[in-house]
Amino acid sequence: MSGQVKKGYVRPLDNKHGRVDMSHGGGGRAMVQLITELFARHLGNEYLAQGNDGACLPPGNGRLVVSTDSHVVSPLFFPGGDIGCLSVHGTVNDVAVMGATPLYLTAGFILEEGFPLADLARIVESMARAANEAGVKLVAGDTKVVEQGKGDGVFITTTGVGFLPEGLHLSGDLARPGDAVLVSGSIGDHGVAIMSRRENLSFDAPILSDTAALNGLTANLLASGAHIKVMRDPTRGGLAATLNEIAHQSGVGIHLEEAAIPVKPEVNAACELLGLDPLNIANEGKLIAICAAGDADKLLTAMRAHPLGREAAIIGKVVEDPNAFVQMKTRFGGRRMVDWLSGEQLPRIC
Amino acid sequence: MKYVDEFRDGAIAKRISAAIANQVRPDRRYNFMEFCGGHTHAISRYGVPDLLPANVRMIHGPGCPVCVLPIGRIDLAIRLALEQGAILCTYADTLRIPASGGLSLMKAKARRGDIRMVYAVTDALKIARDNPDKEVVFFAIGFETTTPPTAVAIRQARAEGLKNFSVLCCHVLTPSAIMNILESPEVRELGTVPLDGFIGPAHVSTVIGSRPYEFFAEEYRKPVVIAGFEPLDVMQAILMLVRQVNEGRATVENEFTRAVTPEGNVKAQNLVSEVFELRRSFEWRGLGEVPYSALKIRAGFAEFDAEQRFHLEYQPVPDNKACECGAILRGVKNPTDCKIFGNVCTPENPMGSCMVSSEGACAAHYTYGRYKDVEATE
Ligand code: SF4
Repeated sequence: MSGQVKKGYVRPLDNKHGRVDMSHGGGGRAMVQLITELFARHLGNEYLAQGNDGACLPPGNGRLVVSTDSHVVSPLFFPGGDIGCLSVHGTVNDVAVMGATPLYLTAGFILEEGFPLADLARIVESMARAANEAGVKLVAGDTKVVEQGKGDGVFITTTGVGFLPEGLHLSGDLARPGDAVLVSGSIGDHGVAIMSRRENLSFDAPILSDTAALNGLTANLLASGAHIKVMRDPTRGGLAATLNEIAHQSGVGIHLEEAAIPVKPEVNAACELLGLDPLNIANEGKLIAICAAGDADKLLTAMRAHPLGREAAIIGKVVEDPNAFVQMKTRFGGRRMVDWLSGEQLPRIC
Repeated sequence: MKYVDEFRDGAIAKRISAAIANQVRPDRRYNFMEFCGGHTHAISRYGVPDLLPANVRMIHGPGCPVCVLPIGRIDLAIRLALEQGAILCTYADTLRIPASGGLSLMKAKARRGDIRMVYAVTDALKIARDNPDKEVVFFAIGFETTTPPTAVAIRQARAEGLKNFSVLCCHVLTPSAIMNILESPEVRELGTVPLDGFIGPAHVSTVIGSRPYEFFAEEYRKPVVIAGFEPLDVMQAILMLVRQVNEGRATVENEFTRAVTPEGNVKAQNLVSEVFELRRSFEWRGLGEVPYSALKIRAGFAEFDAEQRFHLEYQPVPDNKACECGAILRGVKNPTDCKIFGNVCTPENPMGSCMVSSEGACAAHYTYGRYKDVEATE
């Protein structure tokens, strides 16, 4: 994205009634204008302003951590957020739960011809706000336009870069029997917020997506002194998928207590209506942490001390199990497995 | 919202569990069939078998609408999308049912069939309104609960003068399926499926009432307890069945009085009979051809009947040879009796219909109960 264009050479972008057209991706002046007047205006910083084909970044402290994520959520605006902030949070969180400090983002936009510029501006503003709050900078970007009917408004791919201090090693294969499993708050909020909007369900209290940047929380947890072995953010596939991944990577079983898992009553009610299980539903502002049993209370206290971890809970423990099953004692008193969700009940959730 | 939690209270569950343990006679076994997939799901999801004594066994019945759909019916739906170019509207859980030629609705969708997932028949009506130049077909499956909304939609389509909407009707009837099981040789003569009673369906019974079950209770001497889909409902129903068996009674009892009456919903029944009539015979997966076990659209509404509109010929197709769904749906076998359970056949790659719906016996056991086949240690 380059900002080196003479001002006033063409009418300014019509941010109120204008729409994306094919020329906005054509590499000509219209594209430059879109970039300067919309993207650079909100997202600009010293690296983006370099105006070259790539951003040149200063060396950092520790090992480089990179993560990338594409966002195709529908609807683009949902209770509690939009595709803009979601595309920042999603990638920042993937870097943060590695134990790294996220610093930079790149963003690729695929815009559909005809998409209102006013909506695009809202999305870009929301990205800018989210990046600002998370303390990350958008250092490179790209925009393409596809014909009407070939996209669905906006798709955004973001890549995040951060640095992981020497000596710190978190990984999904480090869970050991006896370890405690913690979650930073209520599960299922994001997926249910999207589904209830799509299905036009209304509740007394609207269900808001939990989309949020977790790097503040992860920094506090790492500073707490508790020995954290694994951190993950349970996005698509929910808590169930993430815990199954960890169980498989580590070759252990996990036993959960249903009664300990925080779920908002309205999320439960919506799941009931939609025939979904909160354990399978995407979160965008929650994390799972696994630590030695002796450190569990310390870690829980650190979680609860952060605004994004107020409802944190210890929800289970790691056990020996060559089958790597995740099992749960139900609130009802029975037992059952917690499996990956098979299928595609919730497409385009993030 | 509190409503939901009240029916999942672990403390009450323990009390009912203790009462059941107290009342079962140690010298006999109790085999109860839960007819409905909804019950199968609740039993597995909440771990109900852990709260039952060893001599009380639950047998899964055929009441899972997705599981009982035969391959030939899915083939019809696929043909509508791929050959007739219709927009086929379907519930999500039919998408992965294996059909002929290695296809499924999902695979047909990937081959550019216009197959759309809907939550209700009203969504299909909307799609028809929005696409006046396309044929829109609703793939109507389900027991008596889902029939009234389909009837309403057909009437609505007529009232609106919608010319591009039709229904591939695969609605089936609960009492005929129960009867078929009671008449099956395994239950009647061989005694390979000992059946001491039924848990009757919840939602279906809110429509048809509790009266249709009285025949089974009297004629076949099998107690029936109609129960809600909450795990506590199921526990309470099991307790009521144990009592009936112990007292030598066989009557229809209603645990689900908060929603079920003897007559059911007469208005809904009238609506259904205005639009639908009995089919002479319908193929069920597992049960085969069952006489008078399904509905078809009445001649007066023929324009909305996809089978007539597109001149569809039903072609029965045998199930995968290894698949035991048939025997499982009749209560003769367990999922683990199937050689390909969990190895070749998984929810990601289902070989039979019982592995597709979350209400199917194989899927329920795979998703919730598999750990019992190999116990873990701490
Ligand atoms: S495991 Fe699969 S193949 Fe075997 S009976 Fe069940 S559905 Fe059929």
